[in-house]
Amino acid sequence: MYDLSVITEAIHSFLTGLVPTWLAVTLECVMIGVGLLLAYSLLALFYIYYERKLCAAIQCRLGPNRVGPWGLLQSFADMFKILIKELISLNHTDKFLFALAPYLVILASMLAFAVLPWGNGLQVIDFNIGIFFLLAVSSIGVLGILLAGWSSNNKFTLIGALRSGAQMVSYELSISLSVITMVCFAGSMSVGDIVAEQADCWFIFKAHVPAIIAFVIYMIAGTAETNRGPFDLPEAESELTAGYHTEYSGIHFGFFYLAEYLNLFIVSGVAALLFFGGWMPFHIPGWDAFNHVMDYIPSVLWFIGKAIALSGIIIWFKWTFPRLRIDQVLAMEWKYLMPIGLFNLALMTCCIVFGWHF
Amino acid sequence: MATLQETIAKICPTATVAEVDGAPMITVDDAHWHELAKALRDNGDLAMDYLVTIAGFDHVDTMGCVYYLMSTAHNTNLAVTVNATGDREKPFIHSVADLWAVAGLYEREVYDFYGIIFIGNPDMRRLFLSIDWEGYPLRKDYDCSPEANPVPADNERQSDFTTTWVENPDGTVEAKQVEVFSPQDFVVNIGPQHPATHGVLRFRTAVDGETIKKIDVYMGYIHRGIEKLCEQQGYPQTLHYLDRMDYFSAQNYHHGLCMLYERAAGIEISRRAQVIRVMMDELSRIASHCLFMGTFCMDLGATSMLFYTLRVREQILDIMERTCGARMTFNYDCIGGVMQDLDSNFQHDVKELLKVLPANIKEYKKVFVGNVIARNRMEGVGILSREDAISYGVTGPNGRASGWACDIRKWRPYSIYSELDFEEVIRTEGDAMARFKVRLDEIEQSARILEQLVDNIPEGEHLVKVPKLFKLPAGQWFQLCEGCRGVFGMHLESDGGTKPARLKFATPSMPAAGVVDHLTRGEKIADLITIGGSMDYIVPDMDR
Repeated sequence: MYDLSVITEAIHSFLTGLVPTWLAVTLECVMIGVGLLLAYSLLALFYIYYERKLCAAIQCRLGPNRVGPWGLLQSFADMFKILIKELISLNHTDKFLFALAPYLVILASMLAFAVLPWGNGLQVIDFNIGIFFLLAVSSIGVLGILLAGWSSNNKFTLIGALRSGAQMVSYELSISLSVITMVCFAGSMSVGDIVAEQADCWFIFKAHVPAIIAFVIYMIAGTAETNRGPFDLPEAESELTAGYHTEYSGIHFGFFYLAEYLNLFIVSGVAALLFFGGWMPFHIPGWDAFNHVMDYIPSVLWFIGKAIALSGIIIWFKWTFPRLRIDQVLAMEWKYLMPIGLFNLALMTCCIVFGWHF
Repeated sequence: MATLQETIAKICPTATVAEVDGAPMITVDDAHWHELAKALRDNGDLAMDYLVTIAGFDHVDTMGCVYYLMSTAHNTNLAVTVNATGDREKPFIHSVADLWAVAGLYEREVYDFYGIIFIGNPDMRRLFLSIDWEGYPLRKDYDCSPEANPVPADNERQSDFTTTWVENPDGTVEAKQVEVFSPQDFVVNIGPQHPATHGVLRFRTAVDGETIKKIDVYMGYIHRGIEKLCEQQGYPQTLHYLDRMDYFSAQNYHHGLCMLYERAAGIEISRRAQVIRVMMDELSRIASHCLFMGTFCMDLGATSMLFYTLRVREQILDIMERTCGARMTFNYDCIGGVMQDLDSNFQHDVKELLKVLPANIKEYKKVFVGNVIARNRMEGVGILSREDAISYGVTGPNGRASGWACDIRKWRPYSIYSELDFEEVIRTEGDAMARFKVRLDEIEQSARILEQLVDNIPEGEHLVKVPKLFKLPAGQWFQLCEGCRGVFGMHLESDGGTKPARLKFATPSMPAAGVVDHLTRGEKIADLITIGGSMDYIVPDMDR
């Protein structure tokens, strides 16, 4: 498995040889920032295309097929269109909060990008509370949504924002519980360690039943976290026109739109990390030749591939199920997912204590 | 009949009973009207529990209303003519909104168009026109020049108050202000431009958090004054307005009005034309129900379903297009038969459709009816009891989902429906799921009808000769037919000329929208969408 940290180390030593350390670190930060922004926008463009094609397949349609070969340039065209659109400023809104809200939402998903294990040695920061940090920063997003709904001074956006608040705060519990379950198993909150633990076999196979339960809970709660169907109540098109972002236009709306797709990537990325080994290739203990072949596939492809495949499931949810009602959403979390999550945590603890795992 | 005479004689000896268009027509003065109405409804031998419509009239010297009543138990119908008291400035009739729930809405419509004030109606506002409209459009002396009602350049005016007229013990009548929404209410404006109202319908919704406290329905955003326009057109020309009311039931409505004209003129149409009409009706019904399922599921957030149902609808529209030349606004049925003969591929196309239908229906059931989220969203939501369905006049699949056998094709068979073998789909749950399932099953029944007819289209003329200048003798007629959304009633008053003196359409969508407030009290905002979607109203159909 080629360790990409060789490259990053080389860049680091090259820079420190040239300039003082503080400047080198600053330069690296800027480079990483630019790199992440690029990855961010490219991923968003890809996801827009991916979802359209996938949903078209589900709905017996072709999807975008006019702009560029197989419609590949469609999302570029859309992005360009949204960039040149006018930002409509409204009377009677809280101007500062109204402008701030989309950036908060974007910020939350950008920060979460920092700890994702992109590849072997390719991680912005790997520190001992990595997963904890990820959970913490991804909850900033709900603040942005609440502010957007409140500052728009519109009844639809307010209802959308309150729904979003209730929903995201509730489902964060389930996400955290299933993350804790897996952290217990891994014995570390560091993203690097969690991936390293799965070198012989992924957690979903290693920890079998409790891991599968945690995975199912995580996928349901993760869908709710990203405000996607069947949990898209905050923007419930047929009820609240567009929910919390009704009043936004141009790239401000675009930020919400992008953040939704990027959150989708983050949720699936974390699922890939916790259950499917992050960037770790598919290994079967004892099958050395097979494992060796698997190692030839670059680790970046492994991670992104897993994340995209898992997002496919979430997209599939959206185009299959009708939307839940707010009381059903909350009942599902508080009456089913959370108790099951708690029970699952206990189950996992037993598995670890008694060694009922591979 | 004897009971009817006795009842009337007991309450109001001055009332007269005549036979008009095969049914008793009672003429009563306003003073005895409410008492008589109560007796008509509550007397077990009469049991006139379903108010089909209220048609106002203006005979210049007198103004008043014709009430069409039906009994669900005895399958009888009658009409009551009530002449208003007072002068043309303020004509009065006593309200029957306390007897039939739907009357409140119908009386508002009459007030809007004729200015007849209903004493005791809790909500005497205009229904379709804006609150500052000058004049009453359907009065014969109405000034319809654009200067009288210029297009307003500023915002639409609205009031949180309504008026109710009460009668004092000394016989004088006075107006009282009643609050619709208090300043403390959090009123959300759902519509007129909203994805789930399926057109320009507006619900002012008072909510408490996610719970709905009250809904005030505003109609009229697509009101085109079709009834007024009809009074200025010759009989054949009135037909094409029906394409623009319930555009999914265009064929069915055309069929109804053509039947009314043909009956009034004594024209017998060919068997071939009748079969074609019925087949077109049933094709429309399938297309309409398919679209309902698609849009309804989309309202619930299941977007993909729309594409599955539109596939079938497209196939039907193709069939229609080949014969009628249009995919909407067909204008196909005409007095004396149908416009053109069938396309040569018609039978083949219908058979192709019948081949793919069962698989599609199976798929819809699999994808949606069995879906656990869909069941949670629909089962037990918006339960309409049978009594309420009748009182609110909610007919069609909505009424049948509440256990009311209100299919005119079975109840009062017209055309060749009595010879056909099909079942009336009735469910008793009365919730949104039942309304969905009734429509799903009705597609199967319509397919059965088509199967029986597709190989039995008789040869013959598709159009019989009718006089170029079509005239009807003076008189009054009433016709019912079954649209895709329920009972479609037509009241025609002719003065012997080439234009109708009064043509009133009673559409199924208006009561369906009127009952939404009753069904959504205390439910969630999301349920409003479920209930509204499941009622399947068409806004141009209620506004006309």
